[in-house]
Amino acid sequence: MSFSEWFAMGGYGGYVWASYGLALAIVAYNLIAPIRRERRLLREIARRRRRER
Amino acid sequence: MLKAFHRLGAPRNFYRFAGTTSRWLGWGALLLALPGLYLSLFYSPPDYQQGESVRIMYIHVPAAWMSLFIYMVMAGSAAVMLVWRVKMAAVFASASAPIGAAFTFLALVTGSLWGKPMWGTWWIWDARLTSELILLFLYFGYMALESAIEGRDTAARAAAVLALVGVVNIPIIHYSVEWWNTLHQGPTVTKFDKPSIHWSMLIPLLLMALSFTLYYLAVALRRARCLVLERERKSQWVRELTGESES
Repeated sequence: MSFSEWFAMGGYGGYVWASYGLALAIVAYNLIAPIRRERRLLREIARRRRRER
Repeated sequence: MLKAFHRLGAPRNFYRFAGTTSRWLGWGALLLALPGLYLSLFYSPPDYQQGESVRIMYIHVPAAWMSLFIYMVMAGSAAVMLVWRVKMAAVFASASAPIGAAFTFLALVTGSLWGKPMWGTWWIWDARLTSELILLFLYFGYMALESAIEGRDTAARAAAVLALVGVVNIPIIHYSVEWWNTLHQGPTVTKFDKPSIHWSMLIPLLLMALSFTLYYLAVALRRARCLVLERERKSQWVRELTGESES
């Protein structure tokens, strides 16, 4: 079976890849968002702490 | 055991525990997803009726399971918070809600993407689809209620009550395909006798479901860390934590 044949998914390629693509996007977003938020929070708290001193 | 659990109730210990555990769970999820995706996309056979479109199942079904599982975890944490006043249970419930909503959304959209070529329609107002949509609104309602009420503890309690009332929807979703006639196919895995799905499809399905479960726990703990930091920003240990990186 060739790559393009596999990619076409027997004519259902659009539906199949849209599903996997959306899953990947949702998984990536939910992973990256809290990591960035925590970094931002720690920076913010450190900044406020310095100002108070 | 109980003592260790009690110690976890302290925000500082919880924060540290969540960090380490989240990392391990995250790598575990990836480790399961790689063979899971390989089997789903290459190895597993096309369905004799649905052809290659059946591969949507390996995303759709685990996502739908997660939407129910996360809701039960969220409602369970909410109950623990109401009964025993464990603050970290409230934190975990609140960290779970957006992830549950994301998986519910994923289940609905992949269901649509599967329904269009197989049933000839993106959507029907049948029992299974409608009750799953209600689940999405329950997640949204929980999040909205929690952020709308002034005062963190009042907000957490109100949201917890909503989560517990919403539990009634969970068996309705699960049994909807048996109680009502619908286009949606019946269960093939969670039957009490032997599952009527072939192992070549069952194994990738279970791998993906387990991977999603570990992933959920990993990112929920990440989110919980942010919530703990926000709650405890004035406390001594958070100040020390942020001081470390500074010097």
